[in-house]
This record gives sequence, structure tokens and C-alpha cells, in this order.
Amino acid sequence: MSEQTSALKKRNEQYNKYVETVTPKTSIAKALWHSFWIGGVTCMIGQGIGDIVALIAPSMPKDMISNITSMILVTLAILFTGLGFYDVIARQGGAGSFLPITGFANAMASASMEFKTEGLIFGTSVKLFSVVGPVVVNGIVWSTLAGLINLLILGMY
Amino acid sequence: MFATVLQYLGTYAAVFASGGALCAAAELLIVRTKLTPARILVIFLIAGIILEAVGVYDYIYKVCQAGVAVPIVGFGASLAKGAIDSARSVGFVGAFAGGLIRTAYGVGIAIVMSYIVTLVFNPRSK
Repeated sequence: MSEQTSALKKRNEQYNKYVETVTPKTSIAKALWHSFWIGGVTCMIGQGIGDIVALIAPSMPKDMISNITSMILVTLAILFTGLGFYDVIARQGGAGSFLPITGFANAMASASMEFKTEGLIFGTSVKLFSVVGPVVVNGIVWSTLAGLINLLILGMY
Repeated sequence: MFATVLQYLGTYAAVFASGGALCAAAELLIVRTKLTPARILVIFLIAGIILEAVGVYDYIYKVCQAGVAVPIVGFGASLAKGAIDSARSVGFVGAFAGGLIRTAYGVGIAIVMSYIVTLVFNPRSK
């Protein structure tokens, strides 16, 4: 009986050792660096698009330039998602690929593509906001709150 | 000429550093805590809304530009700015519409393009 349990223990130990050797060692510093440069490059591309738009149309107001910049970034990200390039970036980038607005677009496009098989109404249209829904809902609720509080403080003085 | 080139270089360095730092902070949250990406997105979004509501965001934006506008923080700040502006100009009801009006360009094109891409491409097996 005791021989059996000791044999079992030994086997478990060996198995644990095996698991340790097989699991890939993820170094935190490497993950941080990857998300740092991928996020930084994404932001630099955004800045570049904004500068180019400002060069092409110098009379355009600043708000409109930032709107068009985010529209171009979102379009590029969704096209990349459709073509399958974005997965390659996301595998390396971690937070660097989902925190920028391109990650927001990628989450929408990939969710809608994934559920295409369930139909355009009950698949794509329903699941479009399944990942970014929290962001949109919280954004609207909290920004409305911010606007109301601002008005309240402004009304007092 | 040389001065403008130097200025552009400085701006892009600030954009790279600040955008990268935000993403690295989010990555650190993923690695260190058990927060899921969706929660982290919401945290950064609310941080952006609070920064804009307090009035600090404009000063950060002057230094970092796209480095803070492209991450989700900028989306939150844009929502809050729209809500505050239209609450001031339209009144009480404006707060409910302002954020959506201001961010409608990006969200609208994201929905339409996602739909088109879904129609055109087939999901590939991973």
C-alpha cells in the first residue's frame, strides 16, 4: 500500500517536472517591451496621419483633423483584421495592440467575422458589440455624468 | 528648416514614449493582476473621462499629442469633452448626446467597415 502511494507521488513529481520544462517561460520584461514599442509605433502612425491630413488641408479645424485621423486608423485596423495581419501583431503586442483605438476596431471586426456563420442578423449584428460593449456603455454613462456634474458646478457659480 | 525638423523629431519622440508607456502600463496590469483586457480598457477609458472632466487632459495633450489621443484614453476624453461642451451650449439634455455626437465619426465608420469586412472576408481558422 505504502509502496503504491510512494510510486504515485514519484510519478506526480516527475509529471510536474515535465510540465515545468514544457511550459514556455514568459518573461515580463519582454512582454512589456513588445507592448511598449508596438503601442508607441501605433501612436506615431496616428500622429503621422494627422500631420499629413493637416498638410493636405491646412484650413481644416483641429477637431476635424483628429476625427479623420481616427477614422483612417480604424479603417486600416479593420482591413488588417479582415486580411488576417492584425492577429500577427496582436500575438506579439499584448496591451500594445488592444489599448490604442486600432484594438477597439479589431475587437469589433473580429467578433463580427467570427459569428458570420450564425447569420448576418443574429450572428454579426448581435455580436458586433460583444467585446467593445463595456467600453461604449461605460463611456456614455460616465461622460454623461461628467457633463451633468460640469453643468451643476457651472450653474452654482 | 533645421528647427522645424528638430521640433517634429521631438514631437514624435514624445508620442512614441507616452503611447508606449500607456500600453506598457496596461500590459503590467495584465501580468501582475487578474484583470481581463475588457476591464483594463474600461479603466483607461474612465481615466480619460476623469482627466478631461478635471481639465488636465488638454495640458497632457499639448505635450504627448497622438501618444495620448490614440489609446483609449483619448476616446474617453473625447466623449467627456463632447458631453461637457454640449451640456454648456444646449443645456441639461445636451450631456446625453454630446459624447456620442463627438465620437460618432470613429464609431460609425468602425461599425460600417466591420460589416463590409465581414461580408467580404471569411473568418480564417487559427
